[in-house]
Amino acid sequence: MSNMKRAPLIGMSIFFSVAVLGSIAWQLHGYTFALLEPRGTVALAERGLIIHALLLMLIVVIPVFILIFAIAWRYRASNSKAVYTPNWEHSTMEELVWWAVPIEIILVLGALTWSSSRELDPYRPLTSEKPFVVEVVALDWKWLFIYPTLGTATLGEVDFPAGHPVEFDLTADAPMNSFWIPQLGGQMYVMTGMVTQLHLQADTPGTFRGSSANYSGDGFAHMTFAAKALSESDFITWSAAAKTAPLTLTMDTYKILASPSTNTPPITYGSVDPGLFASIINQFMPPSTQSGHDMMPMRQ
Amino acid sequence: MFGILTFSAFVHGPVETGGQLMVVLGTLAVILLLFYFKKWKWLWCEYLTSLDAKKIGVMYLALAVLMMLRGFIDAMMMRTQQAVAVGQGSGFLPPDHFAQIFTAHGVIMIFFVAMPFMFGLLNLIVPLQIGARDVAFPFLNSVSFWLTVTGALLVNLSLVAGSFASTGWLAYPPLSELAYSPGVGVDYYIWALQIAGVGTLLAGVNFIATIVKLRAPGMTLSLMPIFVWTALGSMLLVIFAFPLLTVSLALLSLDRVLGMHFFTTDLGGNAMLYVNLIWAWGHPEVYILVLPAFGIFSEIVPVFSQKKLFGYTSMVVATMLIVILSFLVWAHHFFTMGAGANVNAFFGIMTMVISIPTGVKIFNWLFTMFRGRIKFMSPMLWFMGFLVTFTIGGMTGVLLSIPGADFQFHNSLFLVAHFHNMIIGGVLFGYFAGVAYWFPKLFGFTLSERLGKCAFWCWLVGFCVAFIPLYILGFMGATRRLDYIDPASGWHTLFVVAFIGACIILLGIFFQLLQLAVGVLQRKQHKAPEDPWNARTLEWATTSPPAVYNFAHLPEVNGRDAFWEMKQLHNAHTTIYTDIEMPLNSSLGCSIAFFAFCIGFGMIWHIWWLAGLGLFSTIAASIVRAHIKETSYLFPATEVARIEAARVHHTQTHL
Repeated sequence: MSNMKRAPLIGMSIFFSVAVLGSIAWQLHGYTFALLEPRGTVALAERGLIIHALLLMLIVVIPVFILIFAIAWRYRASNSKAVYTPNWEHSTMEELVWWAVPIEIILVLGALTWSSSRELDPYRPLTSEKPFVVEVVALDWKWLFIYPTLGTATLGEVDFPAGHPVEFDLTADAPMNSFWIPQLGGQMYVMTGMVTQLHLQADTPGTFRGSSANYSGDGFAHMTFAAKALSESDFITWSAAAKTAPLTLTMDTYKILASPSTNTPPITYGSVDPGLFASIINQFMPPSTQSGHDMMPMRQ
Repeated sequence: MFGILTFSAFVHGPVETGGQLMVVLGTLAVILLLFYFKKWKWLWCEYLTSLDAKKIGVMYLALAVLMMLRGFIDAMMMRTQQAVAVGQGSGFLPPDHFAQIFTAHGVIMIFFVAMPFMFGLLNLIVPLQIGARDVAFPFLNSVSFWLTVTGALLVNLSLVAGSFASTGWLAYPPLSELAYSPGVGVDYYIWALQIAGVGTLLAGVNFIATIVKLRAPGMTLSLMPIFVWTALGSMLLVIFAFPLLTVSLALLSLDRVLGMHFFTTDLGGNAMLYVNLIWAWGHPEVYILVLPAFGIFSEIVPVFSQKKLFGYTSMVVATMLIVILSFLVWAHHFFTMGAGANVNAFFGIMTMVISIPTGVKIFNWLFTMFRGRIKFMSPMLWFMGFLVTFTIGGMTGVLLSIPGADFQFHNSLFLVAHFHNMIIGGVLFGYFAGVAYWFPKLFGFTLSERLGKCAFWCWLVGFCVAFIPLYILGFMGATRRLDYIDPASGWHTLFVVAFIGACIILLGIFFQLLQLAVGVLQRKQHKAPEDPWNARTLEWATTSPPAVYNFAHLPEVNGRDAFWEMKQLHNAHTTIYTDIEMPLNSSLGCSIAFFAFCIGFGMIWHIWWLAGLGLFSTIAASIVRAHIKETSYLFPATEVARIEAARVHHTQTHL
């Protein structure tokens, strides 16, 4: 009886849901789904890993969902036709099966985890080619990028050649941050007094959104940067132009830069004190253990 | 005299002043109402000084409900800010206030909603289910509860005087160190959790002793109801994990108060040490909360499927495996901190391994329903909602446990959606199911099933609408804890959808409060029978609500579904009763908590004399308690006989 009355109601709610979902999809159309639109080797591999793992799990999850609804429907109290065994409480065979099924899936996923963790280790150089090194300093609340091979630096924007591996050496002069360019690959924590490392590579030229992913204080939401992967010729032009920029970054100008600020506009420094990155790290070391220039990336 | 506490600590911005006024006026209103209705004496004798586990359980639940409202207001403020602070708008919350809110939201929901909710249910149900009259140490129980209240008080006091931590709910250094958080916020955080944490640890000891020593004659470990097993597992985790929290917070406060350098960036400190320590507590904490929820479902599913629980042994083995494994996974919270590939892979795989016993539990519940006769009352609906949301949450959890995938999901809204999936869909739905199931037993009247179902559907739909957008936002690269949304990112639409979801959950909470209010008003018309669900375990073998002494005769247990077997046997009741020894009320529980409050408040505001006095008084009060000879009284046999006689009469008229 109620089925007839419910039909228009169900129809309306389906229509309503489709309309709402459609308009949300329309709103989202044209924006970047960073994790699904990788533009670099690492991000591509990570997307592949996510999809593989998801599909593997669906092998168990979909049957479980079907079981949930099938059992709930079939054995509802009002269905007197269904079998009823009130005292059935144990069956070794069945229980063995559902210990075994998840164990097997986890064996496969575990193997995938083991191999992918090594393959996607952020410290692992991507190719035998010598990477372009960028030294990154997380400040309150902006990102400083030093290019040791060029002797220049930029604030709020990082430039590097596309199609070429990049090594980011990360340190902070601020609370713990996380360095993340989702379209190029996963993130890495950035901490004071030490260097962590992240190897990425952009496959094609483009500008990507980068941000801090770990809360670091008041200006956190604005702590974003543009990651610009430049074509070979653009990169040569850019580096030549950068070197002619009038500003110089020394420990003294750095100290002023490092004081907390939000929404700082991009800056290019034409020359950088060569020991600056090491000095930033060494600020936190007791004087006796300061090791000078050979700061190796540290493993936890 | 007052340390660093000055008048300026009470002066806040406009939005904060609103919160301040709410706390002050709310407290005043409660105090005045109690005077007006002359209920102070009743409250003091019946509840505040009571050592009855059932009374303490009810107070735990009341605390959880109050704090859930506070935590939910925080959630709504965050969602509103994120829905309006886009483009030119900067929203209505300044960055530091926004940070205090998300910190308080996390701290409150875990420590002062989920934990008291769990301890409330444990206090109410564990003694009844094992056929005991009280917990092993009734006075310690009262101290545990009041220490938890003290922690909650301190968190809310930060709205009135000073501010709360703006560091995120785990207060990672160096952000939580003096250099970056010079105010009292982090100190409020430390001392609220420190004091509540001691209470939790003591409660853990208490419940382990209760379960190990006070089971009814005949109830061997292998005959314990699954809820008691999961409570035991959870409490084992408490006593091993909470000392880690105490130590991490103690070291952090040494850094802050005495200028030490455990986690600072200079002079050899290392923040990574804190991150490891706090998560070595933090991951087991998740299982502390969810194991009792699993236990609740293991009670509900057989009763509402009208069938024995399938695979009891598997359930117990799975529970204990989870207890052990939960200590081997903490590093999955920081795969991105630079650990080597092998370390990350180890912790990733251990995390996945936990999903095996969890998966087995889901299958066992499903096969309890299989060939049953399922009645979809509200406890069972919460269970169905749990099955669906928890399975999705488990799947996203396994995704997060793969280091290579986690690099992309970590700190994003995908992560936020995942853990809300586990904590709302798993923990909270479990506790709601437990309340719906046990309410008639605990309070002696029934709640409107219709309003209960409305609440359930609002929560379920609201949950989906609020958190599915967060999963999508994670894929778009949106990080957590943003007080401003860049319009170029295109995230705004989904934040608005999430806001609407939160409003639907708000409606669910409204229905729950309405259900409670209607229930209380109509309690005379809706008296609960002793066994309304045709249940299987011992808590249903007493009156609703149970008499002070729980059982006139301690039950003899011969099987797993002890009450079910009693019902089959129809044993004649003996009407010979003896005096029953029960604990006397004690005001020392409240007092010790008050002194602990003085320690906390003194330490926060550097009022050293107050902290010292508090410490001295806490110790003195404990010594005084140890020298009190008369801690119990005899509940007279004649009174027992009168209550039990009325009960037989009551049952007969019902039949």
